[in-house]
Amino acid sequence: MWDYSEKVKEHFFTPKNAGAVVDANAIGEVGSISCGDALRLTLKVNPESEIIEDAGFQTFGCGSAIASSSVLTEIIKGKTLDEALKVTNQDIANELDGLPPEKMHCSVMGREALQAAVANYRGEEWKDDHEEGALICKCFAIDAVMIEEMIWANKLRTVEDVTNFTKAGGGCAACHEDIEAILEKVLAEKGEKFDPTAAPIEKVEVEKVKTPLTNLQRIKKIEEVLTSLRPQLMADGGDVELVEVIDNTAYVNMTGACNGCQMAAMTIAGIQQRLMEVLGEFIRVVPASEMKKLVNIQGAGHA
Amino acid sequence: MPDIYLDNNATTKVDPAVVDVMIPFFLEQYGNPSSIHKFADGVAKALKKARGQVQELIGAEHDSEIIFTSCGTESDSTAILSAIKAQPNRKEIITTTVEHAAILNLCENLEKEGYTIHRLPVDKCGRLNLEAYKKMLSDQVAIVSVMWANNETGTIFPVVEMAEMANAAGVMFHTDAVQAVGKIPMMLQDTKIDMLSISGHKLHAPKGIGVLYLRRGTRYRPLLRGGHQERGRRAGTENTASIVGLGKACEMAMEHMEYENVQVKAMRDRLERGIVEQIPNSFITGDLNNRLPNTTDIAFEYIEGEAILMLLNKAGIAASSGSACTSGSLEPSHVMRAMQIPYTAAHGTIRFSFSRYNTMSEVDEVLKVMPDIVATLRKLSPYWDSQNNVPVANPEAAFTPTFK
Repeated sequence: MWDYSEKVKEHFFTPKNAGAVVDANAIGEVGSISCGDALRLTLKVNPESEIIEDAGFQTFGCGSAIASSSVLTEIIKGKTLDEALKVTNQDIANELDGLPPEKMHCSVMGREALQAAVANYRGEEWKDDHEEGALICKCFAIDAVMIEEMIWANKLRTVEDVTNFTKAGGGCAACHEDIEAILEKVLAEKGEKFDPTAAPIEKVEVEKVKTPLTNLQRIKKIEEVLTSLRPQLMADGGDVELVEVIDNTAYVNMTGACNGCQMAAMTIAGIQQRLMEVLGEFIRVVPASEMKKLVNIQGAGHA
Repeated sequence: MPDIYLDNNATTKVDPAVVDVMIPFFLEQYGNPSSIHKFADGVAKALKKARGQVQELIGAEHDSEIIFTSCGTESDSTAILSAIKAQPNRKEIITTTVEHAAILNLCENLEKEGYTIHRLPVDKCGRLNLEAYKKMLSDQVAIVSVMWANNETGTIFPVVEMAEMANAAGVMFHTDAVQAVGKIPMMLQDTKIDMLSISGHKLHAPKGIGVLYLRRGTRYRPLLRGGHQERGRRAGTENTASIVGLGKACEMAMEHMEYENVQVKAMRDRLERGIVEQIPNSFITGDLNNRLPNTTDIAFEYIEGEAILMLLNKAGIAASSGSACTSGSLEPSHVMRAMQIPYTAAHGTIRFSFSRYNTMSEVDEVLKVMPDIVATLRKLSPYWDSQNNVPVANPEAAFTPTFK
């Protein structure tokens, strides 16, 4: 049996907001009947304030699917639609004190049902853009589709490449045979042959700076480094944006999954390290949220 | 009421009498059976006795046809890999779509190495088509491997007849009989079955012990080479205590064969009849007239198996499910898909498997809680109309989620 948290069990055994909201004006229906999960989310939205006054769920699915649905309705009740849309699947999983990697898709289904319901309320069409494959790496919950896409997009050739770009295989290593099989398949489709001893692909090398740069050249160089790091961040569902460079400090916005991720600080440290290597000078990378004050002071100076 | 164990096809409780005969081989007669001293002098004799007890249960002609292994999976792998190694010119294997993973995944791997795998389909009742099977047999086939009884539905396959057909075509025949041995009588010496796998823990012996039956004269290549144990056919120091335990378990299975097919079957029958009578939109899967006496697999439409198991577990009842979620895969059981059970039912299949330790009062207890469990989950289901306790009209049309 799965190692479910007490929170998951609580929401499964005594689900909150089960059943359809009678006078619902927003309905989201998502699921995958082949993997055994389907969810109908019904909301009663106040047309004036756009506040979700009531939420109900009907779920065909396993224990964690029911628990995810239940906790989702609890999270979004009382929120405006815009606030609710900010709820990520990670928020749902966190609220349940975590889900086993094989079960993270239950939280994804919750978020998608919410998006679908909001789209339904606003008269928009909601399209699901994510395809789900068989789970390959259980340590980091990476599925086959993700690995295949990254092999195609980044011309990956070895298991090490796949680990660098997706994290898959970076834990217990039990899935390396499966990753090799995927590499073999994709490379065959590309007319290449999988060679387990191939050297890992070369990183997109950004040429190191040898001569002093103008301010504009420096900013362009920093952009170039960020671009080279982007694939890894996007593999984790995140992104980075350069906001401002003042003296030796680069201000960045971490977006997507990077935003609020516990790993963000580590990621920023990694970006900083890379920038210093390329620019050959000390650079500090700071989240743009800490910039405001400084800009004001500078602005004041100019005024 | 104490907890109720109805998951005996997954594994069984070790019979206390089996534990008793094992203990001296941990504490007193712990010598290596190959040694010549008094810590070992009773061990070889005990192994011989156990070999005879296994031989008796499956009706083998000679006790030297019994090779002790570490588990059913090892026996399966040994059988198939032996057949292809001994006949390097034969590049085809015949099996079924509903085998255990021990066979299916091995065959899938051999497929990557260039073998052609013929997988016999089953009909909606889980039965094989022998005409189709006959056409597959040729001098290119290294081995046929067909389970004696299916672990999920309990459906019994005509392996004796299929072995005759293989033999007539000059093809080796293996059967994975881990679910059948000890539950239905067999007399291998009267059949053309060349190899057969047994797993100890399915018949009240411990985990970690198995048997490969190898008919005398069958061409064979060992999987593990090394010492002279098992006449060099399976090297590695004997798991003496477990072998002795398995021998005892086989003897007891023999004694209980009638009980299994009368009393145990009666419990199973009462449970499944009670469930389908009380609970709407539930049905039994598999070949109802040709099943193991201890197994029933029931589909509860419009709800999901893992959720059912969690509620059963809360009520102190252990069973298992063919749903995707219980296995960690994204698809429901390959057996249910092979029988073309619709997804909305396949995800809600629950297998109850009995043993001689179960009682009728346990059956009544399950019958008492099952309707509420199903009703509770159906209340949450978008496919169910709780007010009228029926599926919503035209369920597939009424609820059409955006599919991934």
